[in-house]
Amino acid sequence: MVDTQRDPTRPGSPAGQQHDAPAQPLAIPEADDFWQGAQRGELRLQRCSVCKHAYFPPRPFCPACSSRAVESFTATGRATLYSFIISHVPTPGHTPPYSIAVVELEEGPRMMTNIVGCPQTSKALALDMPLQVVFRERGGATVPLFEPARSAP
Amino acid sequence: MIANKIAIVGAAESTRMGRVPELGQVALHADAALNALADCELSPADIDGLATAGHDPAEIAHYLGLEPVWTDGTSVGGCSFITHVRHAAAAIEAGLCRTVLITHGESGRSGHRTHRPIFPSQFSLQFEVPFGATVPATKFTLPAMRFMKDCNVSEEQLAMVAVVQREWAAMHPRATARDPVTVDQVLASRMVAYPFRKLMCCLVSDGGGALVLAAADRADDFPARPVYIRGTGEAVESPAITWMEDFTSCRAFRASGAAAFAEAGISHRDVDHLMIYDAFAHLPLYGLQDLGFVERGEAGAFVAEGHTRPGGRLPMNTNGGGLSYMHSGMYGMYALQEGVRQMRGTSPAQIVGAEVSVVHGVGGMFSAAATVVLSNVA
Repeated sequence: MVDTQRDPTRPGSPAGQQHDAPAQPLAIPEADDFWQGAQRGELRLQRCSVCKHAYFPPRPFCPACSSRAVESFTATGRATLYSFIISHVPTPGHTPPYSIAVVELEEGPRMMTNIVGCPQTSKALALDMPLQVVFRERGGATVPLFEPARSAP
Repeated sequence: MIANKIAIVGAAESTRMGRVPELGQVALHADAALNALADCELSPADIDGLATAGHDPAEIAHYLGLEPVWTDGTSVGGCSFITHVRHAAAAIEAGLCRTVLITHGESGRSGHRTHRPIFPSQFSLQFEVPFGATVPATKFTLPAMRFMKDCNVSEEQLAMVAVVQREWAAMHPRATARDPVTVDQVLASRMVAYPFRKLMCCLVSDGGGALVLAAADRADDFPARPVYIRGTGEAVESPAITWMEDFTSCRAFRASGAAAFAEAGISHRDVDHLMIYDAFAHLPLYGLQDLGFVERGEAGAFVAEGHTRPGGRLPMNTNGGGLSYMHSGMYGMYALQEGVRQMRGTSPAQIVGAEVSVVHGVGGMFSAAATVVLSNVA
């Protein structure tokens, strides 16, 4: 595992920098549907069959009502920008400066991503701007990224 | 209710802080522990309770030669030691042990250690790390833009947090960064993760700290002025920043703070001195609002107007905080130490006449919180 807490203020500090490959998502069985969906270009979420709560990350029960009657579904991929930073921290697989964002999906859940398809500046990245999911290959995994929506959702 | 029944009777930091390349992490625990025992004129044989974070209590107990009958290894991040104060007070009150040692040591700068102190979150390793959010500077900072927009905080006001804390650090001989800085200098310092510049991010240090707790009715047995534990709170929220419930307010802060104030039976007007854990410059602003010292949307202006600086009506982070004093990684112990110094009347930045100190810490990336109300009045 990469050292996830090395000194943030010293670029090029050695831990986690032994190679340029981006970190791969930890494999957990409950998340297989999400990552396999991403390979097909689908953003997979889960919804409770009882209380209809849509949620993420995946769990084999509803975090709102604890029911085990849950199903997966494909989200619209529409989202808005909830918050972001523009990272200047050297990180394998990423070229600073690059955005790290939390987006709010149309279905309700939030997820972390990178905003692509626009300048990585505080002018181009406006809170609450509409976004659309795109899928990109990143070192062996297909990851959901978001870009500014081309037309109003 | 444990209000005022338990006291902190011994307290000390490690002999040296900042860069301590000659000591490993466990030895930093021990150095601080021996200093705290000397402070209250006890020996390891007098200790029957041990709490620590980041290491197995057995490792610390064995290293120091302790045989505790009560241990607490709660490890929820940097506020763990504040949580330990709460747990230790309850354990002493329940009769499970009589004299508790709480230890912290961290080789944050020199890296002489076997592992990182915080448990990694499976959600973070699955759904954050692939997007480049691998260090606190790229995780803890994420809610700030939403907070600043919804709570009226400018970049200049965020910079003022660092400016004011440097004023406090200038009074502390042991503070790492003591030279004055201006808002312009903070904003011109190297960009780490917009909107955070280097001077808005904590130091990275080696160091340690330890506390000794006992029943308040034994306080006369010890040389230092007792510091009473008047109220405590703790809470946990989400294991990773993405799932913090509301980026403009930390639920764990609100719950922990409210519990501590309720148990202490105090109002905000009673607070003479405040410590709010500051790994990054936005944290004290959340703390001021979520603990109820100011209304939502007022924290940025409150700091910018000088109310928390030397001479202000709410002295906050009077050691200079994680931004200027030191930050080993789990800073909560150092916030406690300054709270104890203020209640003993021994801080280099002493608030004259202070009787109530609130120490509030965060764990992980807004993942946990703990709060303690300290007082020198029984």
